[in-house]
Amino acid sequence: MAQTSEGNYIVINPDECKGCRLCIEACPFQCIVIGSDINSLGYQYAKFEKPDCTACGLCFYACPEPGAITVYKAEKTGGKA
Amino acid sequence: MVQYSKPRSFYDTFERKGEGQISTHYCPGCGHGNAHKLIAEAIDTLGIQDRVVFLSPVGCSVFAYYYFDTGNIQCAHGRAPSVGTGVRKTLDDAIVISYQGDGDLAGIGMASIVHAANRGENITVFFVNNAIYGMTGGQMAPTTLIDQKTQTTPLGRNLQRDGNPIGMCELMDSLETPVYIERVTFSSPAKIMKARKVVRKALQNQIDKKGFSFVEILSPCPVNWKMSPTDARRWVSESLEPIFPVKNFRDLDDVRGESAKLPLMEGNRLLDYLKPEKHISPEAPNETVVDQQVKIAGFGGQGVMSAGVLLSNCVIQKGLNTTWLPSYGPEMRGGTAYASVKVSTQPIGSPVVDFPNVLIAMNGPSLEAFEEKVPAGGLIMVNTSLISRKVQRKDVRTYYLPATELAKDVGLIATANIIVLSIYFLISEVVDLDTFRKVIPLSLKKKQLAEMNLQAVDKAEVYFSEHPLEQS
Repeated sequence: MAQTSEGNYIVINPDECKGCRLCIEACPFQCIVIGSDINSLGYQYAKFEKPDCTACGLCFYACPEPGAITVYKAEKTGGKA
Repeated sequence: MVQYSKPRSFYDTFERKGEGQISTHYCPGCGHGNAHKLIAEAIDTLGIQDRVVFLSPVGCSVFAYYYFDTGNIQCAHGRAPSVGTGVRKTLDDAIVISYQGDGDLAGIGMASIVHAANRGENITVFFVNNAIYGMTGGQMAPTTLIDQKTQTTPLGRNLQRDGNPIGMCELMDSLETPVYIERVTFSSPAKIMKARKVVRKALQNQIDKKGFSFVEILSPCPVNWKMSPTDARRWVSESLEPIFPVKNFRDLDDVRGESAKLPLMEGNRLLDYLKPEKHISPEAPNETVVDQQVKIAGFGGQGVMSAGVLLSNCVIQKGLNTTWLPSYGPEMRGGTAYASVKVSTQPIGSPVVDFPNVLIAMNGPSLEAFEEKVPAGGLIMVNTSLISRKVQRKDVRTYYLPATELAKDVGLIATANIIVLSIYFLISEVVDLDTFRKVIPLSLKKKQLAEMNLQAVDKAEVYFSEHPLEQS
């Protein structure tokens, strides 16, 4: 998992993703891309890639699947004064 | 640390198509998932998971009960607000969530929602408006936009021909009673975040017993709109929002949902009402009575239903438990009619009688229909006035009597039911004839016929003494 220097990241469960790309459009920092692999549902699923995540949660709320995305925030928030 | 994750009010797995499913049945990009997520999160935040009764509609979201780990009722099409009213009146502590689409709420269920809103029921309604019938494949809905192409409006909705899209929030706002009305949209993540607050507020209102809260959600249906999920979100913004303005219509501070509950009836008062006559006090239950599952069957007009009611009334008098369930066609006379009566010393779970241990067949079709259903050792009573054939079963007890002819002798053919019931009582000993004689005048609608009915009991008693049940 690509982790940011600040430790924020998301986990996308490949088998819950339907490839709708709403999370990709939602992310203000373009952290998510659509992958080329196909999951068990037959969709090209989204992947977390770029380490600029702020754990804002927009992708979580944009995603229609209940548990496809989990957002992790770094234990200690630093740097953003 | 986890910042955002699947709300706890969802089941871990969704057992809709076999075990271990983790994704919903919704199409990619569907707004239902977003709505479910916001509601589940609000349930978590407000700590009401154990109190929620979630009402699923008919439509794509019919399967919501596979997802929400709460109380669930799947309602008849459009009737969720009426079902919710029933829950509200009986469970004071319940948080009632009615989740409905536009076909369900604004189409077939319009009367249900308008009256629940007008009564100001303390419930929360989430109205997911995607301007189309989704589950059935994209037909025009009440909220379909002018010129919007659907399966049933291939040239686009036409104002003169098809009417105008209905603004449900505007309609709700014309009523005096709702306390909270707001329309939100799922066109962008920022607006979903705004909707999140509204969803929580609408549920908080119910916890605070404020009254009827209505939230309309403009939601995409990419598949039936024939768009990509991202384009569908844009279409919500560009096409739906101008017609259905996203705003708060009403937010009152009043507390209007306090007195919604009906007064509870004390102890045995309900039973008192059900007693045929209050000054005949019921006897102590006779514990030796074997459970009776009685099917009285004939054609309409033979007194099949009233025989069932009489039987139940007598049984209540004997301190036993009973149910009576009528089943008949649309005809007032001449159609088939069955009464199912259960008698037990124990509480009765279901009034349905599938395998009657007593079959009273008043006409031929009834014997045909139910002879095979009687368990071995059961009793079949046959009205030989109308049934010429014998019972074919050898493992049941049978009693043949010309009930209609005996009734004719009494002077009233309609007393055939009394004759057959009297003899049933003599065979089963569930109820003695003296009790029956006491109950008959109290149950009859035409009091002047009481005397003839009592004569029918006498007639049956004489007949039975001359024709006792043959012991096999």
